[in-house]
Amino acid sequence: MLRDEPTLTPLAGCTDLYVALNFGTLKDTRFLDLWRLDRLRKIELRGGALSIGALATFTDLIRSTLVRKRLPMLAAAARDVGGVQIQNRGTIGGNVANASPAGDTLPVLAAADAVVVLQQAGGIRRVPFDGFYTGYRQTVRRPGELIVGIEIPPVRGRQFFRKVGTRAAQAISKIVMAGILGPATGSGRTARIALGSVAPTVVRVPRTEAALASGASIEAVQRTLMEEIAPIDDLRSTAEYRRRVAANLLARFVCGASRG
Amino acid sequence: MRFTLNGKRARLDVHPMKRLLDVLREDCGFTGTKEGCGEGECGACTILIEGMPVNSCLVPAAHADGARVTTIEGLDGRHPLQRAFVDHGGAQCGICTPGMIMAAVALGRKPTLEQIRVGLAGNLCRCTGYSAIYRSIRRAR
Amino acid sequence: MPSRSVGRSVVRKEGRGKVTGAARYIDDLTFPGLIHARTIRSTIPAGEIVDVAFGFDTSGFTLVDYRDIPGRNIVALIDDDQPCLAERLVRHVAEPILLLAHADREALLAADVRIRYREAVPTYDATTSPIAFKTIAIDKGRIDQGFREADVIVEGEYRTGHQEQLYIEPNGVIAVPEHGGVTVYGSMQCPYYVHRALKVLLDLPDDKVRVVQTETGGGFGGKEEYPSMIAGHAALVAIKAQRPVKLVYDRVEDMLATTKRHPAVIRHRTGVKRDGTLTAIDIDAVIDGGAYATLSAVVLSRGVIHATGPYRCDHIRIRGRATMTNTPPNGAFRGFGAPQTQFAAEVHMDRIAEALGIDPVRIREINALRPGDRTATGQRLGRDCSALAVLRETVKRTDFKRKWRAYARLKASRCLKASRYKEGGSRGIGLSLFFHGAGFTGGGEVKLASKASLALTDRGARILVASTEIGQGTRTMHAQIVADTLGVPYDCVDVNAADTGQVPDSGPTVASRTCMVVGRILQRCAEDMRERLGRLTPREYLKRHGPLVITREYERPTDMAWDDNSYRGDAYGTYGWACDVAEIEVDRETWEVKPIAFTTVHEIGKAIHPVLALGQIEGGSAQGLGYALLEEVVMRDGRMANAQLTNYIIPTTLDTPPIDVVILENPYKHGPFGAKGVGEMPIDGPAPAAINALRNAGFDLREIPATPERVMVSEKQEPRHALHA
Repeated sequence: MLRDEPTLTPLAGCTDLYVALNFGTLKDTRFLDLWRLDRLRKIELRGGALSIGALATFTDLIRSTLVRKRLPMLAAAARDVGGVQIQNRGTIGGNVANASPAGDTLPVLAAADAVVVLQQAGGIRRVPFDGFYTGYRQTVRRPGELIVGIEIPPVRGRQFFRKVGTRAAQAISKIVMAGILGPATGSGRTARIALGSVAPTVVRVPRTEAALASGASIEAVQRTLMEEIAPIDDLRSTAEYRRRVAANLLARFVCGASRG
Repeated sequence: MRFTLNGKRARLDVHPMKRLLDVLREDCGFTGTKEGCGEGECGACTILIEGMPVNSCLVPAAHADGARVTTIEGLDGRHPLQRAFVDHGGAQCGICTPGMIMAAVALGRKPTLEQIRVGLAGNLCRCTGYSAIYRSIRRAR
Repeated sequence: MPSRSVGRSVVRKEGRGKVTGAARYIDDLTFPGLIHARTIRSTIPAGEIVDVAFGFDTSGFTLVDYRDIPGRNIVALIDDDQPCLAERLVRHVAEPILLLAHADREALLAADVRIRYREAVPTYDATTSPIAFKTIAIDKGRIDQGFREADVIVEGEYRTGHQEQLYIEPNGVIAVPEHGGVTVYGSMQCPYYVHRALKVLLDLPDDKVRVVQTETGGGFGGKEEYPSMIAGHAALVAIKAQRPVKLVYDRVEDMLATTKRHPAVIRHRTGVKRDGTLTAIDIDAVIDGGAYATLSAVVLSRGVIHATGPYRCDHIRIRGRATMTNTPPNGAFRGFGAPQTQFAAEVHMDRIAEALGIDPVRIREINALRPGDRTATGQRLGRDCSALAVLRETVKRTDFKRKWRAYARLKASRCLKASRYKEGGSRGIGLSLFFHGAGFTGGGEVKLASKASLALTDRGARILVASTEIGQGTRTMHAQIVADTLGVPYDCVDVNAADTGQVPDSGPTVASRTCMVVGRILQRCAEDMRERLGRLTPREYLKRHGPLVITREYERPTDMAWDDNSYRGDAYGTYGWACDVAEIEVDRETWEVKPIAFTTVHEIGKAIHPVLALGQIEGGSAQGLGYALLEEVVMRDGRMANAQLTNYIIPTTLDTPPIDVVILENPYKHGPFGAKGVGEMPIDGPAPAAINALRNAGFDLREIPATPERVMVSEKQEPRHALHA
């Protein structure tokens, strides 16, 4: 269907969709309903990778022993999404497709080097998460393509997730950070760190990661991070707050106890 | 669409993208389900689909097709939570109450305080400060 | 008199309807031939309308503008300055200009109206605004002498922001043209405010306007005066279209267009002796009225009367000003000026204690009002003044002094660098002592001259009042008062709908007056009825004498006096007294403030229905904590930029701490069964208690809400306050 009418908007849990409809940002759109495609709801191991169907809901992620075991930070992120009602409807595919810089699960997927699986009539292509977003609410998904799943290669190291929202629950993030701290290499540590709500898209911070690997002091790594991200003042917070909190969370992640 | 609404089979001819909230209120005449925000923040429109709480303002009618849907009217006024919300002050202005009770029903029997707090985090109440709602749920028999 | 139901938590009258979904709120109702209306609003903060163009086929639509108004184009309230529909001038964003109506909601939403404006320069700063809606001066003693007696002078400036009432049911009405007039059904607190506004707008006599309150999903003041506006709009359309008209706001429109709590800037300059005795209190308070006067004058009045907090001092000078800005008009919100001024007073009181090196409890013990003391307006307090009692009970219950010292020590000894990346946060505990006058301010109750009626029924009696049930338990509490006074079971008393076609004008359901003032009038009705009945049962009486309806009017207690010109005298019949303690934890990495525990002791005269009274106190405290920590209206170019529930943040279950409530009863002699008011007081205290807790944890804030962004910045500030005289 998408081949014949590529401008159709795919829909699943609709937790973002109706909000957009209310605000008139999706006028005269036609929809393609995916909600009933149960085969896209599976969470399984495939060739060593954790394969999550695009229609897996946040509740599915929280309940999945596979996710809790392999990628606990994803379960933690899912728990921080909305309330139970939203968790029961919102899907990981929707979170990825909606392309909000504040999407709660996106830093997890970015830090975990996830792969987005796209399908169209001609076949399947896999896009590394790092290359999936091209700008504010822009992705490489072509008209006629559908996100069918996410694949996450095995993750080794300590995982970290922290969402700082506008309140304790049912909140949009002011800053959200996920990270994986690998084993020590020489003097430094390998680390993969991603942040949301600090740039037009979710971002990895390669310079910060390199600084950590080089064995720089935590203060120096924090300075690098504060330079590397580009947060703004908006309705929910300030650029200064986001920078300072990002630096503090990084320090907690690297020096302190883990969460998630 | 065909679905089971509060234990009875129903058949309706509605646009598949019509919000389930509006289908329930306008086409089925069940106005117990309330609208507080229309964007899934307040939980006043909470209903159960297959026993799971969802915000009916964010559900297209098509997604209820073939499903078992329960609204506050489906509790028949006999659920222990309903009496408890009256006795212990869980309902003040009452506009969040149907959604709050439906979310509480989904918590099952004898939830802990922590389960209640997490399970109702998607239901806003402006009157009670939530304490009386916790008491109502914990004392429901 | 035997007390059978008063003091017991009987089953609330409308409880069952609310838990079964049977209760009908305005959006649940429909009428044959009903059409929907929509309001076209200004998109600029100040200027003139140049031209209106319709970008759609208007056939099938009803269009209404100011030229369709048969009476006066005002929302009649106090100053009559606010048009129901703008004519030429526009004073704020979202000001109503036109009304459209159509049977089909989709067609209505799609209609495109283009308005061109000539823009003017808007005013946003209330402190420098040249236009004042109201100024008030209160003087007691001689302020210069008070400062001469002082050893230390402490100064400070405190700021509070807008707060949205955020009832979960948005504003809405249905207007039905009938009998050559109009009937309006709606979500509202004050049917007779709407009744009067409609008579003036539509130029109709009393009997051609009927207003019926429907089940109301919360008000908090947000449905005090605004329903007069929306009812006017719906009525105009209904009369023109000669069809029933529904006008129900969605959440965004409700937040953009309706009233909010007045922001305030309050300056204190206080003289105090070394031993902690206050010698002079000098306060300057400015509240931001928004574009039209609405209730600003009376909000200011309550604000300045409460501005000293519950403290005695011989020399007081208070100057208050409510000014105009080009933002949507601010209006009634639970507390009505007192939360703003008592926030300033209580945060300032902790800073005075700090300047003197004494603890927050001691400074309050020394200065708290006692029976026999006189307030800022010269009111002599009776035996029902309980400031010290609530303070002592709260302090004891929370182990306040020990915790306060422990946290302060921790703050002093904390090596931030060493502890920065460890789990856990900085804790603090804070206290606030406050009071709240019940009923209308000054001569307000005399002017209102409220009436209540009681009709004898077969089983007992039927209450006829315009007081509205908006969640707080009006019907239940009134029925308890009548049942016990009349000597009949609670179940034998019914309550009539608040329908101006059937009930007398009992005044508005505001100002914590519904129990104390209206309840007392009802009690007098019931006393008279009991006397008339003698030994007859209601059934026997009706058989023998026919119908019996007793109506009584408010009577001012003979020991009360007030002079509105000098602002001297008994500002309120009585006051409730309360003390809050908030314990908070600040995340050291994110500056998020988590309230861990909250305790409040409230002295309210008599809890007619303990569960309902508890509900008011818990709910008001939670709303006050939202005001303190979370709730921020972001105004950009005169427009609320975060007018969505996603972005205007109120507390969820996980943001609200356990709330420990103690109710003390010290009866007010003119209240029914000793009751005072309770609805508003709970929201006065949480903000200063939370901010004082932050001070205890090492964060110096003078402004709410204490968002993490503000807390972060406050950490840098050095304490700077004491000027030695």
